[in-house]
Formats: sequence, structure tokens, C-alpha cells
Amino acid sequence: MAVTTRIVTDLSSTTRDGVGASPRRPDGTLKVTGEFAYSSDVWMEDMLWGATLRSPHPHARILGIDITEALKVPGVYAVLTHEDVPGDKRYGLEHQDQPVLAFDKVRYKGEAVAVVAADHPETARRAMERVRVDYEVLEPVSDSRRAALDPDCPLVHEPDTIPEHPEYNQRGNRLRYQPVRTGAFTGAAGAAERESGVLERLRAEADVVVASEYEVGMQDQAFLGPESGMAVPAEDGGVDLYVATQWLHVDQRQIAPALGLPQDKVRLTLAGVGGAFGAREDLSMQIHACLLALRTGKPVRFVYNREESFYGHVHRHPARMRYEHGARTDGTLLYATAEIIVDGGAYASATPAVVGVASSLGIGPYEVPNVLVDAYGVYTNNPPCGAMRGFGAVQACFAYESQMDRLAEELGMHPVDLRIRNAMSQGSRIITGQEIDMPLPMAEMLERCRDLPMPPERGDLADPSDLRTLPGGVAGTTRGEGVVRGVGYGLGLKNLCFSEGFDDYSTARVRLEVVGGEPVVLVHTAAAEVGQGLVTVKGQIARTELGVEKVVIAPSDTQVGSAGSSSASRQSYMTGGAVRTACASVRAEVFALARERGLVPEGLPDTDLSLSGGKLVSATAGALVSLADLLGDSTRGGTVVEQTREYHHRPTEMLDPKLGQGASHTQFGMCVHRAVVDVDVDLGLVKVVALDAVQDVGRVMHPQQLLGQIQGGSTQGLGLALMEEVQVTDGQIRNPSFTDYLIPTILDTPPMRIEVLEHPDPHSPYGLRGAGEPPTLSSTPAIVAAVRAATGRPLTHAPVRPEDIVGIEL
Amino acid sequence: MRVSFNVNGEDVTADDVWPGESLLYVLRERLGLPGSKNACEQGECGSCTVYFDGVTACSCMIAAGQAQGRSVRTVEGLAEGEGAERELGTVQEAFVEAGAVQCGFCTPGLLVQTDDLLERTVGAGLPAPADAEIREALAGNLCRCTGYEKIIDAVHLAAGRRAGAGSGA
Repeated sequence: MAVTTRIVTDLSSTTRDGVGASPRRPDGTLKVTGEFAYSSDVWMEDMLWGATLRSPHPHARILGIDITEALKVPGVYAVLTHEDVPGDKRYGLEHQDQPVLAFDKVRYKGEAVAVVAADHPETARRAMERVRVDYEVLEPVSDSRRAALDPDCPLVHEPDTIPEHPEYNQRGNRLRYQPVRTGAFTGAAGAAERESGVLERLRAEADVVVASEYEVGMQDQAFLGPESGMAVPAEDGGVDLYVATQWLHVDQRQIAPALGLPQDKVRLTLAGVGGAFGAREDLSMQIHACLLALRTGKPVRFVYNREESFYGHVHRHPARMRYEHGARTDGTLLYATAEIIVDGGAYASATPAVVGVASSLGIGPYEVPNVLVDAYGVYTNNPPCGAMRGFGAVQACFAYESQMDRLAEELGMHPVDLRIRNAMSQGSRIITGQEIDMPLPMAEMLERCRDLPMPPERGDLADPSDLRTLPGGVAGTTRGEGVVRGVGYGLGLKNLCFSEGFDDYSTARVRLEVVGGEPVVLVHTAAAEVGQGLVTVKGQIARTELGVEKVVIAPSDTQVGSAGSSSASRQSYMTGGAVRTACASVRAEVFALARERGLVPEGLPDTDLSLSGGKLVSATAGALVSLADLLGDSTRGGTVVEQTREYHHRPTEMLDPKLGQGASHTQFGMCVHRAVVDVDVDLGLVKVVALDAVQDVGRVMHPQQLLGQIQGGSTQGLGLALMEEVQVTDGQIRNPSFTDYLIPTILDTPPMRIEVLEHPDPHSPYGLRGAGEPPTLSSTPAIVAAVRAATGRPLTHAPVRPEDIVGIEL
Repeated sequence: MRVSFNVNGEDVTADDVWPGESLLYVLRERLGLPGSKNACEQGECGSCTVYFDGVTACSCMIAAGQAQGRSVRTVEGLAEGEGAERELGTVQEAFVEAGAVQCGFCTPGLLVQTDDLLERTVGAGLPAPADAEIREALAGNLCRCTGYEKIIDAVHLAAGRRAGAGSGA
């Protein structure tokens, strides 16, 4: 990795493995020995197996459910339906619209109807076969455009059954409609005729106009560790749940009301999480397991299989988009319009927030004086969609980057030059009027990306006939006669942390004590380690702030305050910020203690003091006292210093529902990609030869883990570009397996050179910027652009399908 | 039914096995060896890869009864040394050190498959595998977190160390 360091906060410390180093993951050893306890590994002697009966229909009325025969199966302990839900019958992340177990109607194929607890998974399966559900099958609403725009479209939810949100312009199947208007469109907002008049005038003024429709398919997060966990009934009438999730406290907030229990009777502990990527923001088996555990008095474990996992979590919203851009001959953008429709499926999940992102970032990081964006999130009877890495920004990014390439082609400009011509930078305002008040070196990033070394041409390979170098690899059936190469660029702007007025604070408890003569720090948060390496970063921060090498990370649970979600690239910022703040309070208390004991010379301010190498150190007077001497051994009555602190980012605003204006985002991040592809136009196969990137992360916390985030995120974008789509026909998923839903293998993934820039954000801890999501935005359009360059095809659908790129005359 | 076989050098017996259970299920649920992972249970992801009579295979695709009398080695059997001297094997160590582990769910399968690759190459006195060979060998193991770059780094690191330590280390 080439790390270009601009400004580095002075963190000089004699303590190893602090911020900026690459210490080993504290959970690494357990993960390579097989001992790390994932949620599917939690095991108890007398546990029962839970199983879920799901709807075979995307839309049907439930006329009756008969569980009599199922209960007769030997080894079955309980069969529960909606009648057995003691508390709230519906739950939801933002909108409480999803039944715990279906009643009256089912609204998507795979919706949970009944749950079973039995002594063996096969017993549970047999019992489920004996549950009789009488359905009246209804026509599914499956066309998202119709759901958004046709007032005669049947409703997925009866009007009085779901909460109302006028601030989202909610109406009919529209969960949220968010317009954004700037420039000449502002005065005409809301009046369709005047708006088209403005558009006509701008079109006439433009030298070049490009317009196209784009689609982004439904992507699956495809984490490897399936939905799973165990609920254990407690003696106090409550329940303890061990589960893989992204946010323990938001789970708790939804589970307890459904069980009819106070929050403190529902205690959650994070079990090992086998990847998340947004798919664990919503509940899956949590309430079901708790219901069964409370009913049977026994621990109940759920483990979904892969097919069930496709029904058990939300997906990335498929999007249908119409874009138009007008520009001058020199490439300067004059106007842009966008209609973005994202299909939320049967239940809201995070759809309103996804619309808030897609609309506000809908035109990307380009200076455009006149903008009209209409973004819709709708209910249909398709599988529910919600959070996935990139969260609404991915879909818009594919469209606006494709538009930039079309425009560059029309103008005969290099795609990088066109982007630089219209690039935003620090001080620019995005289309919501929000100022980017942090560095955004977009033009520099583009230049750097263009200047990265190119991979060798096919002809320069040692053996160009080596099948392993060709699209299709050793399974290929040609010798590469139809292989053409293309190069493409893509970039994306992503909001980091939660947006639109959401106070997604985090809490950290930090304890400093001396044990066995050695200072030890305990860091306790509720933050979900999902693989990203937060568990390492928390320890690094504690080492840097407290100058203590030995740091213990407590298991994440609900015995400490909320950490917010492991989403939106926010945990290094928010939980990192909380750990740092709590450490600062611990440090201040240590300073005060030392002063009390007369160990700090008169007149030395706290700013002169630090903790380093297990000692209290003065910049002017040198080492003052060791922590071991100052605090004394905690097992022998020594002092334990403990502080719990919340960290809040600066407040943000809702977008106004008419013009889409408001400072809705906390922070912005950007990644720029260059893709080089070889396309076999005889076989319809693509090999990505190189996928290189430049990303600004503000401050590198852990260089090795950072690269893992960028490379992993780039690869998920590669999947969306070339292979990943949950195929849905009339509400039915046609490919719910890893046989039919393909994610990139090591053969599909190219070498990835990453250049990291560090322009610190003055508002964030250490100047850092969330890093996980931006590469997932930009790699998809870069790869598709490269395939376009190779084939000359317009390619408006992501992923590119084999039939899109065959039959080309070379 | 009763199934007896050898796991990681130990003879084991599982009772009351339902004939529809897989070897993976028996390892995880009946023998207390949850290291082999259940990511797809249809032979597509490689997370449950074990040595089965010395050959790598997806344990989810092997019926429990087929394991009768066989020898199985899982991720739990990759550590080196005995008793208190037991420490991470070369491949395990390299994966942690190179940053090839994120969520870690694919890791057990990748470790077994990498161990096999190194046995067949540097372990047999052949040159360390190049990128293309590593990619072919690990093509049956899906990882969703890393983008595979750090995994390739880890394989190179382990291959170098195993070659340096001589075959059979």
C-alpha cells in the first residue's frame, strides 16, 4: 500500500500497538483454531431446535392455521402462531409494520407464519409439514414503478394498519417520496408544467444532452454465517439471547415489546458474527427464539440454512432510474434530472433512510447548478429490502457514473477529465445545500487513480494462451480469439454515520486498574464486531490514550449503553469516539489523583501531562510516577478508575419534504476506482484484470485492516457489476442458493492496488473517515464502464449479464 | 445409528445419529467440534472443508454413515505440537498475521484447503505456489469479507515459512 500522509496528529507514544499500527486482531487466534463461538455454535445440552414455517405465496389472505397435527409429532415441544405473541404483534426498525408471525395476510414469499421447537432439526421440519395453513392467494404487487406512480395500483398495506409519516410524503404504496430541487427548478417545485418548462429551457441551452434508464438488481449481502442464535429462559421470567446482530440495543428495543416484557428482562449478548453488510440490521430469528424459549422453558436455538437465509433477511433495494444530464461543449454540467425508484418490498425496514441517501446523493459529487431529483421508496409484494453496504448511494452511483461516461463519450473527452471539470471539493455544496466542510480532494484522487500503473497487455503476458489468464479460466472453451480489453473509471460519494437528524450516539465504559503489578485497561461497549476489526481498533485507541499496552476487550452486551449500529461505516468514528472520550475521562481522573498525592509539580497544567508506557509523564518534567505505584494493585485495595461516556456526532437535519434541502449528513467519504477488464464476446464472460483504487480515509487507524475493508468492499462491488442479482419473478426468488446466486470467488477477483490518502476531517476523532462503504459504490460503475469500453454496448443494467455482451463483431 | 471414526487422531463414536445427518452435523452437534462451518450446506462455499482420509472435501456433502471407519482431520487438528506445547500451525499463524481473517467464517475451510495446497507443493519439495496456482486451489472457498488479497498474502507467507522449515513441518 502506498500511504500518502498529509497532516498527522501528534500521537507519539512509547506504547506499542496504538492508533496507526497494525496489531493482530484479538479474536484472530480463536478464529483460526475453530474455537471462536459464532451464533450458530452456541450449544447447550438440553437445547431445542427452532424452525420457521414460511409463506409459499408472495401475497395471500390467511383463512386459517391448524397446528393440531404438528403438535402430535413426537419430539415437538411447541408450535406457535401470531396468537401466541403476547405483546406487540408487529415490529420494525423504523416503521413498526412487520408481523412477528403473519396474521390476516402474508405479503411476501418467505414471510414467517409459524415457529416450531423440537428435539432435532428434522423433527422440527416434519412438524412444519403438518401445520395446515389455508390461504386465499392474491395477485402480488410486483412492479415497483407502478407501485410508485400509479394511483390505481392495489395497496400492499391497508391504509390504517401502518404508522403514518407525513414528513416522508408517505401515501399509498409510497413509503417515502423525496424530491430535491435546486437552481431554476426551485421556483417551479411541485408544479409539473412549470418544471417541464424549466427543463425544456435548459435542454435548449445545453450543447449536449444525454438521457438513459438504468437498473440495479437486487443484491444479497451473502454473509457466510447464517442467521442464528440461542434464547435461554431466565429464572426472573426474562430471557437471555445470544445472537449475531449489528446493533444489540435496537434488537432489544424491538424484541421486548413483542414479548410483552420490560427491556431489562431481555438481555442480549453478541455471539460471533459471520459477516453482516447490512443484513443483520433487521431482526430475523430473535423474537421467534425468545417466544419459544419462554413457552417451553428450554434454550432454543435457530440456525437458518442458506436458502432460508435468502428469505430471512432484507436485500439491497433493486432500483429503476431515469437520468438526464445537459452540458456545455467544454464539459461543464448545466443541469441534471433523476427519477429513482427503489423497491422496498413488503415491509419498510430501512427504506425511508435509503431514499434519503439516494435522493441527497443522487447526482453524486458534481457541481450542477440546476437539479431535479424525485426519489421513491415503495411497498410491493417482493422480498423486503433494506440495508446493504452503500445504502442507496450504490444504486444512484451506478446511474450518475454511467451518465458521466456517456457524456464524456458524446463530448470526446477523457472520462477522468470530464469528472475533474465538474468535481466538487471542500466548500462545495451538494444538491441538498449542505456544505462539504471537510477535505474532498476529488480531482487529486482522480489524477492519482489515472496515474496508477496499468497491468500488462495480454500480448505482453509470459503465456497469453494460459487459460488461467482468460475469461472463464481453465473451464473456458475458446482460446481467447474473442477477447477485448477495456478500461473504466468510477467514483462515489457516501455519507458516513447516520443521517437526517438521527442521534446515533455510542457508549463506552473504560476501566483502568493495576493487576499483578501491571496496568490493564478494560474496554466495554455494546458495539457489534462483525468482522470489520472494530475490536482491534478499540484496543488501539485505549493504548494510545492511556499509554497502557495490555487492553482487554469485554464481550459486547446490553449491560452497557447503546453503541449504535455497525452500519454506515460509523463504528470507528462513533464507538472509537466513545472509547477515546471515556479514556480522556479516565486520564483526567488519574491526573487528579496524582495531583492529590502531590506527584505533579505545581504549575504544570493537564496539557503538559500524558500517560505513556504505563507511566504518568510530564512533557517538561519527565516521568512522574508509574501507574502501578499511583493506583496500586486492585486485588489489594488499589484504586480502580472507571468512566462511562457517550459520544455524539454533530447534529444533522431532516431533508425538507418539498425541496429536499438540509444538512442531513454527518460526514462524507469517497473512493475512486479504475477497472481493467478482458471480455470474451464469444462466451459472454468477463475477467477483471485489475481493480485499483484511491481512497481518502482522513486518518489510517489500522493500515492492514483498512486495506481489508477497501478490498472487500471493492469485491462486493465487483459482484454487483458482473454476477450478483437475486432474481425475482412475480414475487418469487428464483435463485436462493450459492449454486444460483453467485458471489465472487478468488478466481473472479483481481489483484487490487490501493492508494490511501489522509486528509483529516476536523470534526471527527483523529480526523478519521468511515472507510467500509465508499469502495462498494465506485467499483461497480468502474467495472461496467470498462466492459462498455471493451464492447461498445450501452450496458444499463447492473449486473451485466452474458447476453448483454455476446454477438459483437470485432 | 452409531458412527465410529477417527477425528484429529482420536477415535470417536456418535450415538443416535439420524441417517440424514451430514458429517458436518455430527462434527458440530455431536462431537463438540464446531470449527467446521455451516455457511451453505450444499457444497458451494467450502467453509466446512475437512480432510477425509487425507483428501479435502466438504463435510456437509458427506453422509454421517459414510464416515464410518474413516479418518477425518478438521481445523481443530491443524495446530502443531502436543499438550501445553500446542501452538498455532504455520497456516493458522500466517492467516492471522497477514490480516486474512475478518469475520472468520470462511477461515476454517480456507485453512484446511491451504494446508493441503502447501502439503502438495512445498511439503512435497516442489516450489512454492504462485498466485495463479493459489487461486485455482482456493477457488472452492468463498470469502465475503476480504476480497481475497490478504488470503493470498497469507498463503505466500505460510508457503515461505513451511519451505524454510523443510517439508512436513
